[in-house]
Amino acid sequence: MTLNMGPQHPSTHGVLRVALELDGETVVRCQPIIGYLHTGMEKQAEYKTYTQSIPQTDRMDYLSPLSNNLALCLAAEKLLGIEPPPRVQAIRVLLTELTRISSHCVWLGTHAIDIGAMTVFWYCFREREKVLSIYDQVCGARMTASYFRVGGLASDIPAGLLDRCQKFVDEMPAHVDEYEKLLTRNPIWLARTKDVAPLSARYAVALGASGPVLRGSGVSWDLRKAQPYSGYEQYQFDVPVGTVGDAYDRYQVRVQEMRQSTRIANQAIAKVREYGESGDYRLRDYKYVLPPKEEVKTSMEALIHHFKIVAHGFFPPKGEAYQAVEAPKGELGFYFISDGTPRPWRMKVRSPSFVNLQTLPTMVEGRLVADVIAAIGSIDIVLGEVDR
Amino acid sequence: MSATLAGTAPLTAERVAERLREKFPGAAVRPVTGEAMRDVGIEVSADRLVEIATFLRDEREFEFAFLSWIAGVDWLPAEPRFEVVYGLLSLAHNARLNLRVRVPEENPRLPSVVAVWPTANWHERETYDFYGIEFTGHPDLRRILLPEDWVGWPLRKDSPLGYEEVAFTHNTPGRRLPSPDLTRLKPKKVTYRAQ
Amino acid sequence: MTESKTPNPYRPLVPSGAPEVPPVSDALEPISEEQRMREEVERGVLFTSVGSMVNWAVNQSRANAIWPLGFGLACCAIEMMAIAGPRFDISRFGAEVFRGSPRQADLMIVAGRVSVKMAPVLRQLYDQMPSPKYVISMGACASCGGIFNNYAILQGVDKIVPVDVYVPGCPPRPEALIHGIMKLQEKILASPVEVGTLTFRPRRKKGVA
Repeated sequence: MTLNMGPQHPSTHGVLRVALELDGETVVRCQPIIGYLHTGMEKQAEYKTYTQSIPQTDRMDYLSPLSNNLALCLAAEKLLGIEPPPRVQAIRVLLTELTRISSHCVWLGTHAIDIGAMTVFWYCFREREKVLSIYDQVCGARMTASYFRVGGLASDIPAGLLDRCQKFVDEMPAHVDEYEKLLTRNPIWLARTKDVAPLSARYAVALGASGPVLRGSGVSWDLRKAQPYSGYEQYQFDVPVGTVGDAYDRYQVRVQEMRQSTRIANQAIAKVREYGESGDYRLRDYKYVLPPKEEVKTSMEALIHHFKIVAHGFFPPKGEAYQAVEAPKGELGFYFISDGTPRPWRMKVRSPSFVNLQTLPTMVEGRLVADVIAAIGSIDIVLGEVDR
Repeated sequence: MSATLAGTAPLTAERVAERLREKFPGAAVRPVTGEAMRDVGIEVSADRLVEIATFLRDEREFEFAFLSWIAGVDWLPAEPRFEVVYGLLSLAHNARLNLRVRVPEENPRLPSVVAVWPTANWHERETYDFYGIEFTGHPDLRRILLPEDWVGWPLRKDSPLGYEEVAFTHNTPGRRLPSPDLTRLKPKKVTYRAQ
Repeated sequence: MTESKTPNPYRPLVPSGAPEVPPVSDALEPISEEQRMREEVERGVLFTSVGSMVNWAVNQSRANAIWPLGFGLACCAIEMMAIAGPRFDISRFGAEVFRGSPRQADLMIVAGRVSVKMAPVLRQLYDQMPSPKYVISMGACASCGGIFNNYAILQGVDKIVPVDVYVPGCPPRPEALIHGIMKLQEKILASPVEVGTLTFRPRRKKGVA
């Protein structure tokens, strides 16, 4: 029997279509069909400057928008050969780790509600609302922030943000304990996720999985440790790694990642305080980065640079760069080919969910149809990223 | 970025080219360098692609077992028109490599590397979907992101963006401009239901 | 209790003793309409019009129990999930049951960008919904294409389905979406109801629910 889990389905986390061939309750063949949210972002990026593409990236992995902004900004900075000041890097790390916590909260809430644990959904969204209020304070938008710019931030962090982040970071471990108390040793949760949708390490590497899917299968690979960016080498944190590669291991990896993110965010807040609660929020390289408004009003060169960058965009050198970050879903990378004009010749997005979704058939073929839902939830896909 | 383990020299394009030339004599291998080419890049030709890919995956010095991404590029009006870039990652040696192949427009065909890295399945389908480059030996080459009956290859430089003109007063035919009589433009007072 | 300045329009309730029966008099003394109605109310009878009854039975019931279809496409879907969450509670409006099947839903909130591949699916879902059905176009992408003006995105969902309420934003705050749902409730309450061959148009009364 062929069953179509259509693009409109309460558990497919967006518009994913899965064509299942069933023999009774056993899945014989599973084929994900994607493209229902294809937005043409890569084509559109060829018609926009680098800065104008930043809001597009918010809409890719819309659960962790600042991660995507970070990836684009780092790739553009690598192409230009510039690096933002250490205070900016610390702020970026702080906000990115809060983003990771909020993304994992949504993952846990929706994964649990698919399997049937509704309470976790309400609790996780309550925590997410706190992170969204922090976003709101920092840049004005709850979800689609577009706060990072090439060479720095859009504006300086407001007063009181660090205290608010500290308060959130202090109370988060208690909330993670709450989620674990509800799920980790729950017999129903164990029955639905232990030995469900396994993925061996060999297959994970062969199929290109990254992020918690790869780490859940036992491969210890985290870009923040292996190829650090934005000052991650200065922070102390552990990388949780699973053993078997089933849904339970991936769940454990992500929950422990939430704890580690809290740890990193704590260190980042201390670092930002050390550099100063207000200060430099952009690199002072006016060839590529907008000068601060006070200088624009007083210095002639700053005015000309401002005009050039706003009216035309900055002119990167002719070349290419690929930069990847460890997004909550996996390895998110941007590949820019520049021809010397303000608009990139090619922007390629290596999105983790697109590649991780390829592991779905391997995980569920030969298993029961109810495990398909648990598998899709445990891979943690976001269709905006899959389809771009 | 090619950070490395302590004690090993960072991977350079010349080193990879040297090893490839000694293993595949006669293959066209060229390191790609430039002022702003920030990654290690090697350009090879399409005929020995699968062998070179297998060598890069299995050779102990490189062990590029992880194919991270495949990107198609349209260099119109340069010849050959297309290019396919394979972004490789070595987990064991913590190194990245961009393997590049030029594809001509008249015969946009490349051998598929699905046998080398199974993850290439969807990446190649996406490149086919966007540029029309066919990968011979691919088990299931069809469109992935666009509808199956779409005609055209959208990311080619001669395909349009598909921009729809937004209707303004200056470009909508037959539309009357609002009256300059300002009293008529006063906002209407709206009363809401729950007072 | 102090003596109030204005005369008490209501008859005082008799605390004990026999209930006061209004005197039946043969004399036709002039009595105001309001007075007469109040007397009737106290006898347990309420007058209304068929139109208000039908409005209450049909429109109010529809407005206070709109069941949305779970149709989240992209980022706006997350804000739609947030209104189901504890902070912006849509359960107050009777709309927390997001139905999985279109055959059981009244309202389709198109939350997110509609790609060209998804458009026929959306139309099929709209056709499968039973009347009366409403469509809220949530966000800029569903209303007009938003920031994506290219080959892959439908420039506005109103190209394929009729839309009742447009909610702007990218994404609209949950409060904005709830405002949109309240506007839809107003629209439902103001819509005519057909009973057989009769059409009842609700009278527009300010401040009356």
